[in-house]
Amino acid sequence: MIRVIPCLDVDRGRVVKGVNFVDIRDAGDPVELAARYDAEGADELVFLDITATHEERDTIIHLVQRTAEEVFIPFTIGGGLRTEEDIRAVLAAGADKVSLNSAAVRDPDLVERAAMRFGDQCIVVAIDAKRRDDGSGWEVYLAGGRRETGIEAVEWAAEAARRGAGELLVTSMDRDGTQVGFDTDLLAAIADAAPVPVIASGGAGTLGHFAEAVTRGHADAVLAASVFHDGVYTVGEVKAAMARDGVPVRR
Amino acid sequence: MALLDYDMSNLRSAGKALERLGARVEVCREPGEAGDADAVVLPGVGRFGAAMERLDERGFTGMLRERASSGTPVLGICLGLQLLLDESEESPGVAGLGLIPGRVERLRTSAKVPHIGWSEVHWREGAALGPGSGGPADRTYYFVHSYACVPTDADDVLGTAEHGVGFTAAVGRGGVCGVQFHPEKSSAAGLALLDRWLAGVQAGQALAS
Repeated sequence: MIRVIPCLDVDRGRVVKGVNFVDIRDAGDPVELAARYDAEGADELVFLDITATHEERDTIIHLVQRTAEEVFIPFTIGGGLRTEEDIRAVLAAGADKVSLNSAAVRDPDLVERAAMRFGDQCIVVAIDAKRRDDGSGWEVYLAGGRRETGIEAVEWAAEAARRGAGELLVTSMDRDGTQVGFDTDLLAAIADAAPVPVIASGGAGTLGHFAEAVTRGHADAVLAASVFHDGVYTVGEVKAAMARDGVPVRR
Repeated sequence: MALLDYDMSNLRSAGKALERLGARVEVCREPGEAGDADAVVLPGVGRFGAAMERLDERGFTGMLRERASSGTPVLGICLGLQLLLDESEESPGVAGLGLIPGRVERLRTSAKVPHIGWSEVHWREGAALGPGSGGPADRTYYFVHSYACVPTDADDVLGTAEHGVGFTAAVGRGGVCGVQFHPEKSSAAGLALLDRWLAGVQAGQALAS
């Protein structure tokens, strides 16, 4: 079955929302929202910690503990995890998976070490990719799309999987926040090149977009933030639309 | 309820789910701490060989075999289920707990491995752990695994699921049972399953049928 995953951006223990990673606004208590999404039929949750200062990073540990006590679906913590110790701390607090982004690009060996130590299944590698202007593929970006790396996104995806990533969370930086649909070319290129599940992210706007990520993008899961937080669609509506388009979902 | 802690699992979730259902959960780091528990839960995430090594170190291997033979209900979850069998392709040469005859094999499927996600379980007719009536959502659970159990005795298979290929999703023999999925991560359907198991333990029923 294809998973539907709401993503919650968290700053200092509170949920905020990003449109193209620039304008963000407060949108509530993460654990309450998580429980609501569970009740609506969300298959999984991702918390993206955007807390900037190191001193306040402990807020995420408390959030993980509270979530693990009250929400009985899998959840992933991403953002700001740099070391094996960072990973160990959130997993020990009750997170099911961690998502590594810039730390994995900077130190690909971290993916390997973490996968060996904690198991492939709890290591997600997040890839933010932007289409090259000359149309020759996609490049990996860091820092919410601000810094280019020169790394080819599809190659990096295959390498991350080889090094032990159990899943890939692929965000199109061109589409993120635009609501014009997922970049299904990017998704298909990565899903076909890597032998592990791919989570599609960036661009969901209409109900039809979610099925497209699967039928055209070959994704194994779809992730969205604003369409859910803004109440544009419920998880149930998205799943009903996917089912109508022939995509198997849990209902 | 004794919940075995051998550094190989996401204990908090399994414990919290059981507590939510009203069970008193004792997290045990050594066999002595599980002394008077009515039942034992063996969670687990990670590799088969490393997990057996830790169970041995902690003295849980002998304790689990003794408790199982004296009829204490045991529930294995995910890797905890796989450990109940004799051996695993993941760690050749390592003996499992041997509470359920059979071996653990890698999923041989054209679909992506690990199998991560929700799948519907086809329970054997009348399986006590199964939901009985209800819709597909009531028997759809969250899985994360690359290996699956192949019990020697087909009667030990309580439920199957599919990931490009059919595989065993739930097993049971006497008071010992296990599920390949994570009931503690399977929303209402998973909590309902744990609730049925707890009710069975309380009523002294064998759930392995």
